[in-house]
Amino acid sequence: MPDTVVAASSAAGLPGFAELRRVAIVPAYNEELAVPRVIDELRAFDPGLDIVVVDDGSVDGTAVAAAAKGARVLRLPFNLGIGAAVQTGFRFAFENDYDVAVRVDGDGQHDPSQLVRVLEPVLRGEADIAIGSRFASDEGGYRSSRARRVGIRLLAWVVSRIVGQRVTDTTSGFQAVNREGIALFARDYPHDYPEVEATVMVFRHRLRLCEVPVSMRERDSGRSSITALRSVYYMVKVLLAIFVGLFRRNVIPQEEAK
Amino acid sequence: MTPLAVSIAGAIASFTLVLVVLELIRSHRLRERYALLWLATGITLTALSAWRNGLNTIARWVGVRSYPPAVLFAVGILFILAVLLHYSTVISRLSDQNIVLAQRLALLEEEVRVGASDAR
Repeated sequence: MPDTVVAASSAAGLPGFAELRRVAIVPAYNEELAVPRVIDELRAFDPGLDIVVVDDGSVDGTAVAAAAKGARVLRLPFNLGIGAAVQTGFRFAFENDYDVAVRVDGDGQHDPSQLVRVLEPVLRGEADIAIGSRFASDEGGYRSSRARRVGIRLLAWVVSRIVGQRVTDTTSGFQAVNREGIALFARDYPHDYPEVEATVMVFRHRLRLCEVPVSMRERDSGRSSITALRSVYYMVKVLLAIFVGLFRRNVIPQEEAK
Repeated sequence: MTPLAVSIAGAIASFTLVLVVLELIRSHRLRERYALLWLATGITLTALSAWRNGLNTIARWVGVRSYPPAVLFAVGILFILAVLLHYSTVISRLSDQNIVLAQRLALLEEEVRVGASDAR
């Protein structure tokens, strides 16, 4: 991984952050090897950060490994898919009155020391949701199969046209979300491959979204939940969901919006 | 040859299916995951109904000489079988998950009961 991390890599450099109720949501599916390290790195980034691991029906020791590190563990009785797992975390954050939530995937591909960058726009009040993008700058550092990159680019292009703002990485789960975003995602979050639809949803609810450049790591262990054939299936499904979603009225349930 | 009226009626009916499925997705009454097969059904049948030469050609391929629209029925039935089989797998998964949920709930209730009597 290229060393692109700037000087500030801990939460100490973020003014006002320590006074907020803040939580890290870590979705994990069969990541017993990666999750303890992710928790350690999150603690190194900010010792006062509450960590909630959402164990999405793992059949390995993910929940035990996370609990051994002192994280809160929400254990889903069976695999619900990444969207429902992440939403469980946002529900937890909403009901426990957290001001800001970060989402860091349990497979270790997100580097918690880069959370500074992702959190900054949210803490400055410039965005309701900030997303770490692999493609927002030319730093590179992320290698992936060609088909996958083409897919990610295509989705990014479609989403950018729809929301009228340049979005480069619609599949990134490396995010920081403020209270408004937590409330929205706790109430309504798309299912598998959720980030694309969520991006469109955020704009339709008039929340502000911004991207910040980050680099991501290769996966340490475990397998990506997305294989080639499933990518095509997800692509079709996501595009269908986006286009049908455009014809929905009343995207903002007013009484719940705040 | 396929009678023109059959083509028109078939195309209208199939396309209506597509519209109904899209509306169900829009109003959150049907998940995209379960809509894809229905959409494939509707689109295929619409295409076969509207593309009359194609239907006649396919009928010739599969040996249907007297009445090409029979191919529409055959394709429609195949799709319905696929949808039903898909639903059977979905129901199986749901009932498995339902068992796990009930078991977890029973364990949790017991834990709560023991915890409540300890507190007293």
